[in-house]
Amino acid sequence: MAEISDLATDESNLIKALQLEQRQEGYISDEAIKSISEHFDMAPVEVEGVVSFYTQFKRVKPGDYQIQVCDGTACHIKGSSLVLGWISDELGIEPGETDEEGVFSLEAVACLGCCSLAPVVSINGKVYGNLTREKIMDILDDYREREAAK
Amino acid sequence: MIERIKVGMASCGIAAGASEVKEKISDVAPEENLVEVGCIGHCYAEPLVEIETEDGNYIYEEVEPEEEFIEKMLNLEEFSRFEAPSVRTEWEEDYVTELAGKIEPNSLPEYREHGGYDALEKALKMDPSGVVEEVKTSGLRGRGGGGFPTGMKWDFLSSKEEEEKVLICNADEGDPGAFMDRTLMESLPHQVLEGMLIGAHATGASELFIYCRAEYPLAVRRLNMAIDRIEAEGLNVLNGREINITVKEGAGAFVCGEETAMIHSLEGKRGNPRYRPPYPTDEGFKGRPTLINNVETFSNIPLILREGGESFASVGTENSTGTKLFALAGDLEYTGLVEVPMGISIHDVVYGIGGAEEGSVKAVQIGGPSGGCIPEEHFDTPVDYDSLNDLGAIMGSGGLIVISKGRCMVETARYFLDFTTEESCGKCTFCRVGTKRMLEKLERITGGEGTEKDVEDLEDLSHKIINGSLCGLGQTAPNPVLTTLDYFRDEYLNHVEEDYCPALECGALVEIYLDDETCIECGNCIDSCPVDAISDDFEIDDEACTRCNSCIEVCPVDAISRVKKGGKVDVQS
Repeated sequence: MAEISDLATDESNLIKALQLEQRQEGYISDEAIKSISEHFDMAPVEVEGVVSFYTQFKRVKPGDYQIQVCDGTACHIKGSSLVLGWISDELGIEPGETDEEGVFSLEAVACLGCCSLAPVVSINGKVYGNLTREKIMDILDDYREREAAK
Repeated sequence: MIERIKVGMASCGIAAGASEVKEKISDVAPEENLVEVGCIGHCYAEPLVEIETEDGNYIYEEVEPEEEFIEKMLNLEEFSRFEAPSVRTEWEEDYVTELAGKIEPNSLPEYREHGGYDALEKALKMDPSGVVEEVKTSGLRGRGGGGFPTGMKWDFLSSKEEEEKVLICNADEGDPGAFMDRTLMESLPHQVLEGMLIGAHATGASELFIYCRAEYPLAVRRLNMAIDRIEAEGLNVLNGREINITVKEGAGAFVCGEETAMIHSLEGKRGNPRYRPPYPTDEGFKGRPTLINNVETFSNIPLILREGGESFASVGTENSTGTKLFALAGDLEYTGLVEVPMGISIHDVVYGIGGAEEGSVKAVQIGGPSGGCIPEEHFDTPVDYDSLNDLGAIMGSGGLIVISKGRCMVETARYFLDFTTEESCGKCTFCRVGTKRMLEKLERITGGEGTEKDVEDLEDLSHKIINGSLCGLGQTAPNPVLTTLDYFRDEYLNHVEEDYCPALECGALVEIYLDDETCIECGNCIDSCPVDAISDDFEIDDEACTRCNSCIEVCPVDAISRVKKGGKVDVQS
């Protein structure tokens, strides 16, 4: 994988650098902001400004399994707020949070583009569609077992 | 004799389990020629597999990754065969998407076999101004939502004397509920790129960007593979002029669909829009003249060049020529991607192509958070740029969500305002604070605390936000509220005057009712309740209940339902 230090220091590469960092570390740490700002010869606050603007960038370390509940229009119409509530109740965390063990993190996202399977969630990039409460509980159990088997 | 097996592997197919299917087929029949293709648009029937034989092609739907299923399929047995519903074949026009799902997305030879890059070759023999003229003749208008004539935009850029000109393909499909551009990029990356290269020839641009949503990793991968191939073949050298093509990933900001915001984002900055003029064609990416067109717009270009602008203009209506892609989703039978000639009525799209149940639909939401809700009484409206504007909606990029009678329109409006409030970049006060205030009022109404004054304020704020915002996001953000106020005012008034949500969707205005006579006391509801609001003798504690619907979902005899707060009333289905 490419390294940030290989990127040209042209400012137009800033978002790319942040995406690389997030792909490698899962989030943008304070240290990363500092080192990236040095690479591009910018103030850390300017980098922070870009990070906070885009929803893709996370400033907190996510769990091993990142659950994204699609809240695009089609999913919303098909009850995504209920889906989000069920998962939130089951895991005891609110959207935007990670559980204490660092296993699951939960967030609501705009459209995943799988509208015909609404409502959908994506866990570490794998999409589960046509969800019911029962299906979701089975899926969560499945991930818990996987975690326990580690 | 099987010649080739094609598995539909666009994002929707993969989400439905196409990867597992493909793996199983290669286990069962490793000797067969197995390939990945894009999407044929019938998402509801995924995973789809097409088997090409000497005697014709057979498509199988809802394919299961089971040995038995696969073997029966490879024997071409007659089961689970897919046939497009007659209504869809009758109304649809396969034009831009003709090759989608039929050819291997990353096979340049196969694209060429079907006329790929012929249009570029033809264009390169023409004078750049001749190409611009052809696009003008076609009447093509921007497919990203605005509907600006593409030929005119190209003319602006080509008339610039500067050496370094920039062409950007807007692939930041941020409208939730839309997936037309994703499908095109995943299924036909070469067609998108051919359109861009023709644009580069016509306008003299030498730097090409595709600004693609980071949420579309497959599209990014297929585009990059196609670009590598183009460069290896030298197709990016236009009459001796070398063209750079780069895919840039966006980072999740709806406002970046706006031209000047997108340019800032490409420059590595926060995606704030700026005042226009200067227009991007005068001063854009790093100060250079820049043109931005949408994925679907570029995908139309090769066809226009190949078949001629006049032939293109013969489809559709006088002011809206050609076809339009729509992502159909929501409460209907055949969800998926459809391509229809401009001018078709909303009725034909919803009931004809979409197969929605007659009488079940309350409205369609068209154009996403910038668009509006069109009620059933206006379904005879033709789908073209101007007619939709007249109704307060917009063509938008092509998301079309069907809303059934069981959904609350105030809640729908609240949903969109929640989205735009979150996505407002914060630059203009009216958009930043105004959308927030509107959201608060909508939350009060859906929360059972709204007043008539709130409804009046919504209207007032809407017009102020439209007038006080710099870019399209703010100028269109109130549309979902204005159209629902226009067409579904009664529902707003039901909420504020009678504490009644007719669709029984708003949690604060309903309670959960357990019918003792139907109940079989199985206890499923008690087990499922996350907040222990149901007692051992099946009494529901209304204070504790969060209206999560868990009990309703698990009840085997439908004894539990939502009813109007303060008493059981008949439920509108």
